[in-house]
Amino acid sequence: MKKLVLCGVAALALTACNQNTPAAKGGVDGNAIVLIDGSSTVYPISEALGEEFQKASGVRVTVGLSGTGGGFKKLCRGETDISGASRPIKAEEMELCKQNGVEFIELPVALDALAVIVNPANTFIDCLTVAELKTMWAPEAQGKISTWNQVRASFPNQPIKLFGAGTDSGTFDYFTKAINGEEGSSRGDYTATEDDNVTVTGVGGDNNSLGYLGLAYLTENAGKVRAVPIRQANGACIAPSVQAARDASYQPLSRPLFFYVNKKHADERPHVRDFIKFAFSPEESEKLVAEVGYVPLPTQAYSLALTKFDARKTGSYFGGGSKVGVTAEELLADAGK
Amino acid sequence: MAGGFSERRIVATAKVQDLTFAVLGVIVLFFAMAMLATLVADLLIDGLGRINAQFLTDFPSRRPEEAGILSAWVGTSLVMFVTALLAIPLGIGAGLYLEEYAAKNWLSDLIEINVSNLAGVPSIIYGLLALGFFVYGLGLGQTVLVGGMVLALLILPIVVVATREAVRAVPSGLRESAYGLGCNRWQVVWSYVLPSARPGILTGAIVGLSRAIGETAPIITIGALTFIAFLPPSPIQAAPPFLNFDWLNSPFTVMPIQMFNWTSRPQAGFHVNAAATGVLLLGMTLIMNGFAIYLRYHLRKGQRS
Repeated sequence: MKKLVLCGVAALALTACNQNTPAAKGGVDGNAIVLIDGSSTVYPISEALGEEFQKASGVRVTVGLSGTGGGFKKLCRGETDISGASRPIKAEEMELCKQNGVEFIELPVALDALAVIVNPANTFIDCLTVAELKTMWAPEAQGKISTWNQVRASFPNQPIKLFGAGTDSGTFDYFTKAINGEEGSSRGDYTATEDDNVTVTGVGGDNNSLGYLGLAYLTENAGKVRAVPIRQANGACIAPSVQAARDASYQPLSRPLFFYVNKKHADERPHVRDFIKFAFSPEESEKLVAEVGYVPLPTQAYSLALTKFDARKTGSYFGGGSKVGVTAEELLADAGK
Repeated sequence: MAGGFSERRIVATAKVQDLTFAVLGVIVLFFAMAMLATLVADLLIDGLGRINAQFLTDFPSRRPEEAGILSAWVGTSLVMFVTALLAIPLGIGAGLYLEEYAAKNWLSDLIEINVSNLAGVPSIIYGLLALGFFVYGLGLGQTVLVGGMVLALLILPIVVVATREAVRAVPSGLRESAYGLGCNRWQVVWSYVLPSARPGILTGAIVGLSRAIGETAPIITIGALTFIAFLPPSPIQAAPPFLNFDWLNSPFTVMPIQMFNWTSRPQAGFHVNAAATGVLLLGMTLIMNGFAIYLRYHLRKGQRS
């Protein structure tokens, strides 16, 4: 008898589970949740937008931290509404979306600049060219380029100590594509880390070191490390900054960060539409993006992004590949068409 | 004469060896403790000042000074509750069966080896299993229930092994006397073996739970959230049936995830928050272990009287 009652309770509990599943997934209005997941680089932006949107509208927002790749997997299964990404969607990820009948809208949500940093005690570097960075970071450099005078003859004969991103990160993908010309091609004999704070500590502690990391980490550690200006195609030496990234004068290490929105969810869930409108309203977004250390989109890009969203223009500008030096306006150029 | 001399030499050598080992032992102990003390002290210096009511009652935020761990500690508590509820009865049951009931043959040997091996499997593997089976296979989603289930799986081998050790340590005289008085197997297990094995079993269970509370990898793998600014529905409600199981289906985050996220953020304020979370997590683990020691002491005392 006791067992029967227990079974009954268990069954009831399970029924209760089933009834409530749609609520947990954000389908019911009273319990509406905007489900965001994806890149850890985009996370601070999603968190800031989510926090303020929840305060302003009362609609609940959750943000996960599955990484860009993990986020796309969830988006393409239709589990999330929005996925943050620090790189464009890849061909095989688009294929997964297609198999599951999930269409997505690609929107740049902010810009980021990758800063090349050295120790503040390093006085001999005033500016580096992309070619010199490539000399240091190319796969061929492995075991060969070990002193500074091999990079430029006028540099001292001191050992180079390199710090960089771990191979799983979008930062690594973008840096290798921009500097070495091919995504994922890099020398392997450097200190690799997924946590940019480690790069700060490493470069801050060694006079002969060099590393690269996201702009926010440079801003927060201004005294500990120094950014190296990069020589541009026109000969000017530009240091990474919010302004230089925003007006696209800092190349090739400025990159867009993305929101990928599930089109079906955007159509069916009003709270998702409201969130996107909030996220791309210049007065909110500019302030919030800057506050968490990233570069807000150029002002006109916000309305372009909303136009693209309202037109539900699906697919990726990059067509499954990746490209260096794309500006937010270029990304949104076909917004209205 | 020569013999006496060499005896003295042997004694002297032994004394020197003794002293050398003792000194070596103290040095090793000192290093081990110093390392631990440094880590804990570093954590306390960084984080202790940040712990206040606001930190415990606020949700995560983009501003380090406004951020709190309300959703994280509630999530951790609920997940641990589910874990304990699943892992302890299952683990004790399995351990008891293997030790008291199962025939000693190749099959039980195989199971024994596998249980011991399972205790050494990296936790991420459990996370992947849970993602494939619980989240997608059974369609349970990324909920408190699944979080508790994956951690229960993770510590199940620990509880099973601890139960078996404790049961094995029960003197066979006790069993035999009970059988001699005409008890059947169930009566022996329930009334004699289990009570005297209880302290060891409880220690194992709490050690398992203390491990589970710090796990990040399997919880991240199943897709626990990081930013969540609302709490699961309350398990108790005013209207009948008074109990509410909706919280089992609620999305959640836990303290190690919050910590992991904060340590990798650029702003120094978040690093302080991470240290404070670490202090709290350490405190929770210490309390759990302290509780285990207290229980063990208390139950042993009860047994002798």
